[in-house]
Amino acid sequence: MTSCESDERHAVEMTVDGRRIRRYVSPRLLLLDFLRTECGATGVHAGCEHGVCGACTVKVDGRVTRSCLMFAIQADGGAVETVASLGTRDALSPLQEAFRARHALQCGFCTPGILVSAQAFLDSEEHPDERSVREMLSGHLCRCTGYAPIVAAVLDAAAQRER
Amino acid sequence: MKPAPFAYHRPESRDEALDLLAEHADGAKVLAGGQSLVAAMNMRLARPARVVDINRIGEDTFAQDGDAFAVSALVRQSDLERSPAVRDAVPLLHEALPFVGHAQTRSRATLCGSLAHADPSAELPVVATALGARMECGSRRGTRTVAADEFFVSSFTTALEPDELLARALFPLRAARTGYAFAEFAERHGDYAIASAAAVLRLREDGAVDELRLVLGGVSDRPFVVDAHACAGRPLGEEAIETLAERAGRDIDPHSDLRGSAAYRRQLASVLSRRVLAAASLDARKEG
Repeated sequence: MTSCESDERHAVEMTVDGRRIRRYVSPRLLLLDFLRTECGATGVHAGCEHGVCGACTVKVDGRVTRSCLMFAIQADGGAVETVASLGTRDALSPLQEAFRARHALQCGFCTPGILVSAQAFLDSEEHPDERSVREMLSGHLCRCTGYAPIVAAVLDAAAQRER
Repeated sequence: MKPAPFAYHRPESRDEALDLLAEHADGAKVLAGGQSLVAAMNMRLARPARVVDINRIGEDTFAQDGDAFAVSALVRQSDLERSPAVRDAVPLLHEALPFVGHAQTRSRATLCGSLAHADPSAELPVVATALGARMECGSRRGTRTVAADEFFVSSFTTALEPDELLARALFPLRAARTGYAFAEFAERHGDYAIASAAAVLRLREDGAVDELRLVLGGVSDRPFVVDAHACAGRPLGEEAIETLAERAGRDIDPHSDLRGSAAYRRQLASVLSRRVLAAASLDARKEG
């Protein structure tokens, strides 16, 4: 059993985008803030901080997760993947490339969370249609693009995969 | 939007979890998927002194157990949603799960967590009540089983004692000549339902109603069971559906809020009742 009093810090170790991280954390530290401030993973965006907007979405041990609804101490021993695990500036992933081609982002604030969700969605759905893409996207808020280009980009990435 | 300080415990077995709950029965909160609890903690609507994180106690199995389909404490909603076994054994649960939050929350949220949280707008308590599910509550004092009708007491209040863990939810298996249906209305898909309805209709061999359960969500402090006794022994025709749907809207005493007035909720309750009754009727006859 692991226990940590409220005024103590507990050692946690995890991988973030393949990088091994070891830190001492207070129980109340959200995974979101841990990733941003302790790991420099600023691709994880802090939006509503109560699980509604989806900007902070990452994968923890393969499960799509709102990082604002999980404590860093819970991820001890686990593997976290952020948007940075998808592609690099010089080598975008096919999904990221489709977002660029379709102008599926404007301000970009919601984009990292959507990319993580959409990639997980594509990984689990063999033949996604517009309806299922929209359903996946209902877990994210975007205030700029109006969603249509985002849906188109995800469908493009799916179609490209089938070619 | 940061939670208040709390002490953290992470047991590695169900027994360790129950020990902790017995020891700290005054202010320990069970953390499972965290999709409601952590949001409430971030907004400081909840300030538990201690959190017992049960994510590593195992207890993640779901399967038929005797005459029930048993879902253990840590089973994630997304795992149930994708399971052919759930679709076959508890079709109403399969039908309602896609309405529970979003794919991104269902991936961590647990079924038992949603039941224990008992949000009056939540779908799963409505499903559990409609099916007559039983809740297996475990503690160091032993295990007791509570019927859904008694489990949901009021808003965010269940029959669980502070030292108890909702160890398993037991759902009756799909039965012959029985139809199931769920419907809800929300502003956007995945939002909390303004109102929801579930129907479970069992027919006799001659096609008359053997048993009918019509349950509404979002219109009361707990799942609201509409009195459908008058329907028994007769076929559920259009007229009977109409009468019962009207009754559903009349019998409730819903609240008004920004999303809808009490009158609007009454209207929704009737409309949704009509839909689930018609769908359950079709489903029951299809089962033949």
